[in-house]
Amino acid sequence: MTIGIPRRPEPDRLAYWQALDSGRLLLMAVAAMLVTAAFASTAVILHQQPKIDWSAALAFGGFIAFGELLRLALPGGREAAPIAMVGAMSYALLLRVAGEHGNVRLPSVLVIAVCAVGMTVGALPHIAAGRPAGVTGMCTRLVAVAGVAFIFRSVVSGFLKDHTTWQLEFAVMAVLIFFGWLIETGVGALIRADDVGARFSVALADEIRLQWQLGLAVGASVIITVFSVQAMGLPVLLAFTGPLLVTQVAFRRYAGIRATYLQTVRSLARVTEVAGYVEAGHSRRVSRLAVAVGRALGMAEKELLDLEYAALMHDIGQLSLRDPIPGGATVLVSPADQDRIAELGAEVISHAGVLERVAELVRCQAWPARGHEPPPPLSSMIIRAANAFDDMVGSSTDRDRSATALDRMRLDPVAYDVDVVSALGDVAGRRVPSRL
Amino acid sequence: MTSGQLGASRPVPGTQREARISPAAWVYIGAVVLAAAVLVARTPVRAPTNIHEVGNYWAALAVLQALFLVCDSPRTALTSRQTRWSPSSAATLAAAVLLGPAAAAFVGAMSLLSLRRQLQLGQRLFNGATHALSGLAAGEAYLAINTDVGLPQQPYFSRTLLAFAVAAGVHVLANHGLIWGIYRLTRGGGMQRGESPESSVALLLASDLGYASLGLVIASLWTIMHWFAAVIVLVPLFVARWAMAQFAEEHRAYAATMNALCQAVETKDYYTRGHGDRVSRGAVMIARKIGMNSARTDAIRFAGMLHDVGKLGVPTQVLQKTGALTEEEFAAIQLHPMRGLEIVREIGFLFEALNGIMHHHERIDGRGYPMGLAGHEIPEFARVIAVADAFDSMTSTRSYREAKSIDQGVAELRKGAGTQFDPVLVEAFIAALGQLGWVLPGPAGAPADLATVTVQDHDDPTAPLQVVVP
Repeated sequence: MTIGIPRRPEPDRLAYWQALDSGRLLLMAVAAMLVTAAFASTAVILHQQPKIDWSAALAFGGFIAFGELLRLALPGGREAAPIAMVGAMSYALLLRVAGEHGNVRLPSVLVIAVCAVGMTVGALPHIAAGRPAGVTGMCTRLVAVAGVAFIFRSVVSGFLKDHTTWQLEFAVMAVLIFFGWLIETGVGALIRADDVGARFSVALADEIRLQWQLGLAVGASVIITVFSVQAMGLPVLLAFTGPLLVTQVAFRRYAGIRATYLQTVRSLARVTEVAGYVEAGHSRRVSRLAVAVGRALGMAEKELLDLEYAALMHDIGQLSLRDPIPGGATVLVSPADQDRIAELGAEVISHAGVLERVAELVRCQAWPARGHEPPPPLSSMIIRAANAFDDMVGSSTDRDRSATALDRMRLDPVAYDVDVVSALGDVAGRRVPSRL
Repeated sequence: MTSGQLGASRPVPGTQREARISPAAWVYIGAVVLAAAVLVARTPVRAPTNIHEVGNYWAALAVLQALFLVCDSPRTALTSRQTRWSPSSAATLAAAVLLGPAAAAFVGAMSLLSLRRQLQLGQRLFNGATHALSGLAAGEAYLAINTDVGLPQQPYFSRTLLAFAVAAGVHVLANHGLIWGIYRLTRGGGMQRGESPESSVALLLASDLGYASLGLVIASLWTIMHWFAAVIVLVPLFVARWAMAQFAEEHRAYAATMNALCQAVETKDYYTRGHGDRVSRGAVMIARKIGMNSARTDAIRFAGMLHDVGKLGVPTQVLQKTGALTEEEFAAIQLHPMRGLEIVREIGFLFEALNGIMHHHERIDGRGYPMGLAGHEIPEFARVIAVADAFDSMTSTRSYREAKSIDQGVAELRKGAGTQFDPVLVEAFIAALGQLGWVLPGPAGAPADLATVTVQDHDDPTAPLQVVVP
């Protein structure tokens, strides 16, 4: 035991709530308020009319829990629970269950309470298995469902009588589902922008681009669920689980191969390290730095993925060299040699036939930012700067060293783009762990 | 091939576009078509309906037939390398519920007009007849239990649900049964082990049933939104198909990138170019022959490709040394499987693939490296890769000898069976060689300037590395 040495809290050992940023906290607070209000009002309702038909609540609660159990990992470390969302939205939009005369038109608070219970039950196995509970995702979904349930049950459903045509019901549902999707996507983008340090507009565009297909499938499934339950009662939920699962499997495979792909490139990019061409950890540090800079400069996720691949493989051309460059620092060799290595690397990558954009970025990585015709793409300038920075600083976290490296790059505006270096300065400053 | 279609992603030998359909297969196809025609002709067009009929029978039939065609088109079928999930059975089963057995057969027969252009006449006839027959069977099963067709009625919905479940089961079984027959015929005595979907039959049937249950959802929605039910269910189907297409695209890109990176690794050594690729192919041949399932076959493909990646960590001067190696140099070579493991450890591979890379130089008699495992202590992947690895090394040109012929290579493998190699896998490889042949590496020309040349091949069992005995 060490006595008398004051223990510093390590940055990665913060208590759970300390690691939360303001956006997350706000979201959780809103969700917590919603749930509290929902449970309180539900208790009041139960007290006033104790005879409530619970079959719909049970069926949909179970459906939501099942969906929450089968969460879906999407590209970019996102998590969605499409089946849970189908269950929750359908329950929010359900006006009647065929063959049941009980009061299904319950106030929105009951919907929120059922969704909250269902989601929590579905999250328990995740916690038991040691996976993250995914509280943020659940809160986002809950807020979206609460918004839709509130508008539909308090405002709109009064206009929808039993003799309303299905076309009108359909149109109202479609609009509300779209509204719910907007809430979910918007909140998701806010959280993500906070998490990765992207601009909100860029994060929102990414989120929409990545999620609209899934959103469309969820939306159509909600309409199918609501109408078929209104026609045939709750057992029809059983029949619809099958198609939903097949759709989910398709998405899961897609997200899975994306993850494997990135992992593989990350690992194989390390062959240059194992072979002694570059310093250990170089490619990964460069790619991390490059992606952070790209994000700070407002690049969209699609471009960032190409940038990440290119940065990981930027030294692959060195494999064709007979002898490793001393220390692997390409910043020290002549421009002609740098170009040759870049060219060789691009050749290797374009062999794959599918990574043409990445090969192009690698090919242009040694071009000077100014005075080169044609001018290099932004991503290549980022790789050049990140590579030079890491060659000079390495894994060191010494502030002076990184400041010197940055100064050196600032003094050479022909080689390094001014905006890129300035963004690199911000990002590298953040990278140094604070010593409080 | 869950939807039970010929001419799906994995063409049936004998019914491929280029190949002719064999006479036996023609007889079978003729029998199925005849049976379908006779049975459908004997079924009354309209089944008994005491309850709410579906508005216009012929209009509803046309909508469901159109739905079938759309579902059957390449735009909605989920096609991956081994499977094809087509949701078309949902249209057939919806017809069975709403309109009766004959209508289900009419909808299934639309397979004849499939929008997939690459199909031959024989395939179209067979698909149409198969789907008509299984639609008919499903329709009869539904009618037998539910006693009635037409719009499902809510008060009796649990009976409808039961009848539908039975009908969907009958549909899947009839469909797969008929397809299985043509596989038997065209393969001459059953599917080849390893290529058959036997290992994942349960999964295939489950996913088929998953899509089939959409038929009941369509029938339920029909009571409210009529023909529009067929439109709205297409949305999730198209999205699923989109995701699957993305998957296929990413998978192709992934494999291509892997190949390119492996080639980059091999450019370091002139004589071993293409070695990883050939070992990978050999390992897959063995894996198929011994009936590994497709996930493991995929894993061994990558393991074979990457098995020597750790050689990058061996100093070039050791690889190039001509004389006997010192203890240290030999140790450096013996470490290369571990180095390879270090590189690929973080890839989300099957654990077995990592084992294959790490232990591919173990010997059955326990005298291999790096761990000196013996017999079945050596993971199966490693034993498979060891056989393909040694064979490719022997049949390739080295700086100190010419390439051996395939027969000589086979003889050497047999000689090493039981001491260096697993005899079962050696025989499996030789059998697969007989069936599929082997692509020898191209003749080695003059080494280019950049490449280095291995002077001793650590993979070559006929010329063991010379180590100085102190």
